Amino acid sequence: MAFRPETAKPLNELAEILLHQDNNTLTRGEREMIGAYVSSLNDCFFCQHVHGAMAQHYFQCDMQFIDTIKRDYNAAPISAKLKALLSIAGSVQKGGSHVTTAQVENAKSLGATDRELHDTVLIAAAFCMFNRYVDGLNTWAPQERQVYIDRAAMRAEEGYAGSNPHK
Amino acid sequence: MPHIDVDKNLPGIRSLLAFSPETAEPMGVLANLLLRSNDGLSMAERELIAAHVSYLNDCFYCHQSHGEIAVCYLNGDRDLVNKVKADYENAPISDKLKSLLSIAASVQKGGKQVRPDQIEYARALGATDKDIHDTVLIAAMFCMFNRYVDGLAAHTPSDLSTYPPRAKQVAEQGYGNHVFSKNQPV
Repeated sequence: MAFRPETAKPLNELAEILLHQDNNTLTRGEREMIGAYVSSLNDCFFCQHVHGAMAQHYFQCDMQFIDTIKRDYNAAPISAKLKALLSIAGSVQKGGSHVTTAQVENAKSLGATDRELHDTVLIAAAFCMFNRYVDGLNTWAPQERQVYIDRAAMRAEEGYAGSNPHK
Repeated sequence: MPHIDVDKNLPGIRSLLAFSPETAEPMGVLANLLLRSNDGLSMAERELIAAHVSYLNDCFYCHQSHGEIAVCYLNGDRDLVNKVKADYENAPISDKLKSLLSIAASVQKGGKQVRPDQIEYARALGATDKDIHDTVLIAAMFCMFNRYVDGLAAHTPSDLSTYPPRAKQVAEQGYGNHVFSKNQPV
């Protein structure tokens, strides 16, 4: 991001709209969880822990709760609708055409709107970009998970739009 | 049929951008920064990277669209574009571009698939840090666009003659919200 600030700006704006803006019927916690889940499938250490910590902050839960969702969301005490959306996000991670009509119909029957389906697919797709950007250039990431948890409240407060890569 | 209710008169990603103009805005800015520049890599080279990654992701709409935009920049050389998409190692392009396409192909599989020796090889052939950065981000960006289009089952025209007029529009005016807010070129 700091290497090329001009491309960082639209990347941050996209994250801000998809993850932080409040005019969305998916909660911030749900949207961050979709990002963290896709990042864990992509094995991106930095992204899964940044966004897992954000979800943990919004859900007011512990780290185990987030890890359970990442490992086996069907076993986690979350809504059936969120499970249906995570299933779609998992298919997007494999490739767009892996999303089936049955998955979409199931999510719709559980109350998911077109906008929520759109955002789920775009969040999952955006993390397939962010994860590859971070790992494709072999960037440095703090190994201690607490670092990410400590930063989450500040990021939740400030959002992503003016995100400073040096902070 | 698309998974969500989008404008039936718009093809592919254009229908999705119109459905969500707010997210379309930063995506258009990003596409212009990465694809509409001759700084280091030419616009043709950038579109070839995009078309190759889209081909690997099996996104017909995107590899057809960006392949045709590359054709515009390459004076109509569709044979070259098709060769780069499917078999760039044997295409008549520079070794430097081949080394960058190899990095892009690794990014398509996953960020961690990029090996240090691929980066060193590209550098030895004259690739700058910015060329490598842009290659990785173009490849990553198309891993997003391709999934966005196919993940929502956006309408993909099967009539190949419909792609060149849209490609010409982008080659002349760049990316941005005009691609869905103006009448579609035919």
